[in-house]
Amino acid sequence: MQKIVPPAPGAHRVDHLLIAEMVEPGSRVLDVGCGDGALLQLLAETKSTDGRGVELSRERVNACVTRGLSVIQGDADRDLADYPDQAFDYAILSLTIQATRFPKTVLENLLRIGRRAIVSFPNFGHWRIRAELLFTGRMPQTRNLPEPWYASPDGHLCTIKDFADLVALLDAEVEAAVAFNTSGRRLPIRRSISLQNLLGEKAVFLLRKRHPA
Amino acid sequence: MSTAPVKSFGSTTGVRLAEANNPSSKVLRLPDSEPLRLACDQLLAPISIAYETYGTLNSAKSNAILVCHALTGDQYVASEHPVTKKPGWWETLVGPGKPIDTDRYFVICPNILGGCMGSTGPASIDPKTGKPYGVHFPVITIGDMVNAQVRLIDHLGIDQLFCVVGGSMGGMQVLEWASSHTERVFSAVPIATAAWHSSQNIAFHEVGRQAVMADPDWCGGDYHSFDKVPRNGLAVARMAAHITYLSEDALHRKFGRNLQERSKVTFSFNADFQVESYLRHQGSTFVDRFDANSYLYITRAMDYFDLAAERGDVLANAFRGTKTRFCIVSFTSDWLYPTRESREIVHALNAVAANVSFVEIDSNNGHDAFLLEEPEFFATIRGFLSAAGKKRGLKV
Repeated sequence: MQKIVPPAPGAHRVDHLLIAEMVEPGSRVLDVGCGDGALLQLLAETKSTDGRGVELSRERVNACVTRGLSVIQGDADRDLADYPDQAFDYAILSLTIQATRFPKTVLENLLRIGRRAIVSFPNFGHWRIRAELLFTGRMPQTRNLPEPWYASPDGHLCTIKDFADLVALLDAEVEAAVAFNTSGRRLPIRRSISLQNLLGEKAVFLLRKRHPA
Repeated sequence: MSTAPVKSFGSTTGVRLAEANNPSSKVLRLPDSEPLRLACDQLLAPISIAYETYGTLNSAKSNAILVCHALTGDQYVASEHPVTKKPGWWETLVGPGKPIDTDRYFVICPNILGGCMGSTGPASIDPKTGKPYGVHFPVITIGDMVNAQVRLIDHLGIDQLFCVVGGSMGGMQVLEWASSHTERVFSAVPIATAAWHSSQNIAFHEVGRQAVMADPDWCGGDYHSFDKVPRNGLAVARMAAHITYLSEDALHRKFGRNLQERSKVTFSFNADFQVESYLRHQGSTFVDRFDANSYLYITRAMDYFDLAAERGDVLANAFRGTKTRFCIVSFTSDWLYPTRESREIVHALNAVAANVSFVEIDSNNGHDAFLLEEPEFFATIRGFLSAAGKKRGLKV
């Protein structure tokens, strides 16, 4: 993987930069939950990708299209079923899976639509979250999870270990996995994931279905 | 009975009928030797296609945008209407520096086949009889309209249109272009439209047609021969249709229950309410500029439109293998072509992994929103076209 030098240093999320390193140049990419299109733009600029986005918020979709990105207003839970098998080289879900209603179905669809799937998510196993829950007895609120429980869109939070279990359940292979600590430093996930599960604030998984249909 | 009805009418109707045969705009006249085979399997010839152009075609002929007009639109998208003297119907969107920037793009807007502003339609003189076709004009489809436009684009020497854009029935033409002539469409912007006409929309059209045909002045469609115009019928059709173009909210904001130039109701059937007066005005001004038979034929063409029906009832089949870049636009308060119907197009395009953008614009102007100045909508069009232009290699 070649290191990506962002056009404007510091302007990009660390998980976006890592995803941009994972993606092969010139590939077809679907970014599910693409937000304001920052990742699609980064991929287009650094990897000349043919990118598409799906985003729930109407305002963000319009902002994306105005910027010239191909983005549709849609819902990961409802709209992924439309896409044919292996329509994209990469199907990306960045910091979105925890906000879907049916994470397992969404991940299944990602693995079906993309030859590879890239998923990033906030790690609920991070030590700060564990500590907050342990010492305050309340749902943790952190930089990545800023909302109180009743206002949070994140109905399906998981730890790195939980996610790895789901990947195994779906018969997918982990080609690469990296956790980030609070200062954005990379903690590659290899054989043992307990340490990363404790120190990683978020994680990025590059996945591939072992036996595509 | 006159054999030269063009000269035999009062002023507005006379101008209108003159425009139907000798438009003020540019016109392509295809001879008898180049007939158009229609969906009904009839051959139509000769054919005129009236059109306007704006801007300059570049040397690579890669910057042409085809604008498709809606049911009662015409080729005067960004220039004065020769009958009403009103500015172009999309002048806020099309022009120098506008989102469809005529300084960058070469804009072509033809009057549709079946129309009454210079393209061949029921108001055109049938060379076999020397009289307007009237109801002897063959029933046409959206596909026929597009096939006529293909002739025009061929004539202009353009292999591939940079973009085809249109709202409502114009959007149907965009979809037809993108599915039947996909290699000739680099990008497509169907706005406030649907891949098939819904039962409700067919129902509204039927009300309009029945109103026209119930008018004794329609004369079985032969009103030209009797120096008549089914004014009342066509006006009622327009009034009913106009309601469907607005939203309840827009009507309420504009008129509420306000009375028209009076302080109390008159206990009569005069236009007491502003909304009544407004609709009557809409009806009567429409009659001055539109041919009643054209209205029947065009609404029929819309009713027949069903992009999936000819393709095994699977809409995605209409777009299989497409390389066209799509931008679908709908409006929140449009109940005539609701967002749901745009989403069906998006789903079909997703199913073939097409390059598609889809935005729903927040507006309370109903279906009419696509003709109005909606900043978010304009920004979308401008952004989409710029990005597509970059991909097409157009100079910024």
